[in-house]
Amino acid sequence: MTQGCGAISRRDVLKTSAAGAAIAGSLGTGSVALAQADASAPPTAAVRMKVNGKQTSLTLDTRTTLLDTLREHLKLTGTKKGCDHGQCGACTVIVNGRRINSCLTLAVMHEGDEVTTIEGLGTVGDLHPMQAAFVEHDGYQCGYCTPGQICSAVAVLEEIRAGIPSHVTEDIGAAPGMTTLEMRERMSGNICRCGAYSNIAEAMAQVAGVEA
Amino acid sequence: MRPFTYERATSAQDAAAKAAAMPGARFIAGGTNLLDLMKLEIETPGHLIDVNGLGMDQIVETPEGGLRIGALVRNTDLAADRRVRKDYGVLTRALVAGASGQLRNKATTAGNLLQRTRCPYFYDVNMPCNKRKPGSGCGAIGGFSRQLGVIGTSEACIATHPSDMAVAMRVLDASVETMRPDGTTRAIPIAEFHKLPGQTPQTETALEKGELIISVALPKPTGGTHIYRKVRDRASYAFALVSVAAVIGRDGKGAVALGGVAPKPWRVEEADALLSKGAQAVSDRLFADATPREDNAFKIMLAKRTIASVIAEAKG
Ligand SMILES: Cc1cc2nc3c(=O)[nH]c(=O)nc-3n(C[C@H](O)[C@H](O)[C@H](O)COP(=O)(O)OP(=O)(O)OC[C@H]3O[C@@H](n4cnc5c(N)ncnc54)[C@H](O)[C@@H]3O)c2cc1C
Ligand code: SF4
Ligand code: FES
Ligand code: FES
Repeated sequence: MTQGCGAISRRDVLKTSAAGAAIAGSLGTGSVALAQADASAPPTAAVRMKVNGKQTSLTLDTRTTLLDTLREHLKLTGTKKGCDHGQCGACTVIVNGRRINSCLTLAVMHEGDEVTTIEGLGTVGDLHPMQAAFVEHDGYQCGYCTPGQICSAVAVLEEIRAGIPSHVTEDIGAAPGMTTLEMRERMSGNICRCGAYSNIAEAMAQVAGVEA
Repeated sequence: MRPFTYERATSAQDAAAKAAAMPGARFIAGGTNLLDLMKLEIETPGHLIDVNGLGMDQIVETPEGGLRIGALVRNTDLAADRRVRKDYGVLTRALVAGASGQLRNKATTAGNLLQRTRCPYFYDVNMPCNKRKPGSGCGAIGGFSRQLGVIGTSEACIATHPSDMAVAMRVLDASVETMRPDGTTRAIPIAEFHKLPGQTPQTETALEKGELIISVALPKPTGGTHIYRKVRDRASYAFALVSVAAVIGRDGKGAVALGGVAPKPWRVEEADALLSKGAQAVSDRLFADATPREDNAFKIMLAKRTIASVIAEAKG
């Protein structure tokens, strides 16, 4: 991690790191600060994308993930950072109609893309049916994983409707059924530390119009 | 993450030529493995060539009656393809057993083949690892080796290849089609694509510097029952401890490949010939010369039992 550290002390690293935090891809790890300390400014690139229906144009440090772009640059803090390594699903957003982990993709790779975050699904006064169902069924406790769960849940129902098979699809020659078994398997990429899983499954079943 | 410059590739040959000419240049496709490793500074490319704009995202029928899968076909789309589900069920089954829905939406055919090991010592930059830092030693040998390999390994490295998709492609005799920096193309049989570690575990595939995967070709379908059985610590969203990919005909003949046990999808053609003799015979041949460690010796028994259950399922 600290290769190339040279004469810079840990204290210096922390100092620069705090100063550089506003443009840093990941906060306070030191590596970012090192890059700024020993080289000229890090490379940037321009990207345009539509976020929740709004056209945005940004010039970013190439290292910036889509997740950090949403949170730090566009102030769309609904999308959460859990693991930052594709393991928890808290950062799930919908890009061009498909759910992805926004932590494992660079913003500059999304030129021309349409991104929908939890803020774009519904508003406080006009909830998306999945948001309303999560409220009704208590599909959360602390709520940290919830934006990712909801974005995932919305996309999962679309994936089943589109006939995409899953690990629990018995006959892959046929279309998968709209069942809770299918929904549960497809939600395995969204971890909930509070264990709200059964209530999430009920919320999804309600929106899908099937028995939980 | 280390700083890097970034460009969007405009043609396959241009991408390959640039990757060969620029020191520290790497292709990026789905990014789900490369970025994970870049965050940990296990991978430190100075330049990224984004290949996502190159097309290469179609699945077409070949004149030989098989399928040609573009390098950028996403795992979700490959698993859902009508022809793959009908004629190469083992591939769909392997794909949907891997990662999560979100990851499969991004992960590409080429990136999946080239994903790097999940050896915990490879991931821990404070530990010695001959793959990450050649000559530094192997933290896994003598360490906690439950997830590591039992066959095809070496005294330098006992890591496994983590892909599910690649195991199915091995049983299907796929070939990896590439373009080299000079614009020439070649087809590499999947059996020769991944390399055993020997003394150079940092060399993982037959690809040359800058060589770009264009597509993966599947031969004409052979029929038979297609099964992919993955055994893991939880029912979903976990890497395999052991997996078995099999295509078995009505006559009991067929092919079998294993995941989770070796540095590459593990298939021994002589073991295929023993399928009608049962799991013990197949397993004995597949694991001849195995070098299990205390923590992972269970994989051999687990693989045998999984093969037995797969053979039973194929009999119907
Ligand atoms: C939490 C988690 C769980 C996972 N679980 C599983 C699992 O259970 N089973 C499983 O099989 N996988 C699993 N994966 C791994 C996943 O399948 C891989 O990350 C994915 O397939 C990589 O594809 P990509 O397109 O994102 O590759 P990238 O990250 O874009 O690239 C990977 C490598 O391939 C190179 N590359 C990409 N395209 C080309 C090309 N056309 N030509 C030459 N080189 C190229 C890149 O330079 C890089 O070195 C998991 C991943 C995560 C994060
Ligand atoms: S098994 Fe291979 S990857 Fe793991 S620590 Fe040893 S050399 Fe590194
Ligand atoms: S923050 Fe992206 S998967 Fe955990
Ligand atoms: S509601 Fe707390 S982590 Fe899911």
